[in-house]
Amino acid sequence: MTERISHWPGIELSAADLLEGKVTQTRFRPNAKYAWAAGEAMSRFLEELQNGRLIARTCHGCDRILFPPRMFCEECFRPTDAWTYIRDTGTIETFSISYLDTDARRISEPILVGVVSLDGASPKMGMMHYFGDMTKDEIRIGMRVKASWKPREERQGSVLDIRYFRPLREGEG
Amino acid sequence: MKKVGVIGAGMTLFRRRLQETGKEMCFEAAKMALESAGLTRADVDMVVNGTAPDAFDGVHMKGEYLLDGCGGYRKPYTRVFTGGGTGVFSSIAGWWHVASGLADVVLVVNEEKMSSCQPHPQSVFAHIWDPILDRPLKPNLIWIFAMEMNRYMHVYGVKKEDIARVAVKNKRNAVGHPCAQLADPNITVDDVLNSEVLAWPVQRLDISPPSDGASAVVLASEDFIRRRRIKDRAWISGVGWCIDSTMWTDRDLHFPEYVARAAKQAYKMAKISDPKRQIDFAEPYDPFDYKELHHLEGLLLAKKGEAPVLTREGVTERDGDLPVCPSGGLLGVGNPIAATMGMKIGEVFWQLTGQAGKRQIPHEVHTGVSQAWGDLMQYGCVMVMSS
Repeated sequence: MTERISHWPGIELSAADLLEGKVTQTRFRPNAKYAWAAGEAMSRFLEELQNGRLIARTCHGCDRILFPPRMFCEECFRPTDAWTYIRDTGTIETFSISYLDTDARRISEPILVGVVSLDGASPKMGMMHYFGDMTKDEIRIGMRVKASWKPREERQGSVLDIRYFRPLREGEG
Repeated sequence: MKKVGVIGAGMTLFRRRLQETGKEMCFEAAKMALESAGLTRADVDMVVNGTAPDAFDGVHMKGEYLLDGCGGYRKPYTRVFTGGGTGVFSSIAGWWHVASGLADVVLVVNEEKMSSCQPHPQSVFAHIWDPILDRPLKPNLIWIFAMEMNRYMHVYGVKKEDIARVAVKNKRNAVGHPCAQLADPNITVDDVLNSEVLAWPVQRLDISPPSDGASAVVLASEDFIRRRRIKDRAWISGVGWCIDSTMWTDRDLHFPEYVARAAKQAYKMAKISDPKRQIDFAEPYDPFDYKELHHLEGLLLAKKGEAPVLTREGVTERDGDLPVCPSGGLLGVGNPIAATMGMKIGEVFWQLTGQAGKRQIPHEVHTGVSQAWGDLMQYGCVMVMSS
């Protein structure tokens, strides 16, 4: 490489070269839309979210309570066995304090987001969600939290039926 | 199984935006790799292309789109894709074409053109998330890294300044790389710690940049290498790859078990029983600074939680006992996802054949390992090469 090669190909452009049309270019805006059938496991999961409950599947092969629920166990590679409710309380496994939105644009009020392992599921099994009713200085790994549900009439069968997970209060199980 | 060697490598500049199309970049990198091996397209039996999500280029069937630039016209040609893992995986695919005896010479060409996607390639990263469980939360890709980094720091009590040392080392190492996008001879740990907070604990200088670029390598059988009396070659002595479940919220993120499994597969094949003693240098995947540490542990080159200590003690510097990312890595050279093959497979080849110029490790090295990582914190692939 390096010593033997005198020319490294590539012509650099600046953002302005593209945005101000200084280089020959062509543009296209795709208009792709999707509707996913949620499938067996996720349909029941979303239905139960509307009821304000979290549901899992049990596997008798590995004796795990699988959350998010699935119709087959990836470990035992056999169908899972039964539905079971788990609790809407859990533990923060990890989190981030995000100053970026989904398109990497800067936001001034940070999003608190992370993974909650849920009580009643097998260890370390949980979901990604937002955190609320706590500041960026209060949030910590190991914090005990509980789902803050939207009012029943606003729930639509989506993970957003949970607004966020908030700190577990004294006396709450 | 036939013995396979890397006999040539090439790459374009890595930049935030290049004028060349994907096809043109592929052509430039492929031509450079062939010329460095003293071959032409007529010598090539089969071609492998590696490139990451179609959505960056905005062209579906991107493998077919890039075909002509890859030199694959009217030849057995395959595109492979394992997310960020493609940076090493396409060479593994090239290896099995030759190891199986099907081909004598395989050209591997990797490409990424991330600048086409407006306003920022982040927007299409949103499409890698589960549509039911994750996407309603409008995730940003950096969240993955922030959550994994935080878990890693928490479990092992790792300090941010020890992680920042990786960014400093790699951006300084990249100063000797002719293609580097973000080389910086003067960067300090404080610069990293004072850079903009994007998604805590991830700050701006913890991250490799999105880039345009292409890279290529030429692989050949031992018979061909001897017949053509090719002197600059590095032997592929072990390969491994492994993927974990998409259910990423069901595993503890502090340790990349899938990387360890891929490494064990590669080490077994390379007859490496004590990687810390038998491997001289490493090019682990470093899209973020903590990932280099995470992957050194996954590669069994450091105990769990020990990689930050090795970094602080200078062991992973270019002149240390275990040089890590002597190329400058993704943090310094750039991160055109699949095209990072130039710093992984390409760099190990250049180091083992003494062609790395200003980046040459000052002591003698015989065995190097490269590794790439991708998908939803799932995919690890590993290649061991020896002189």
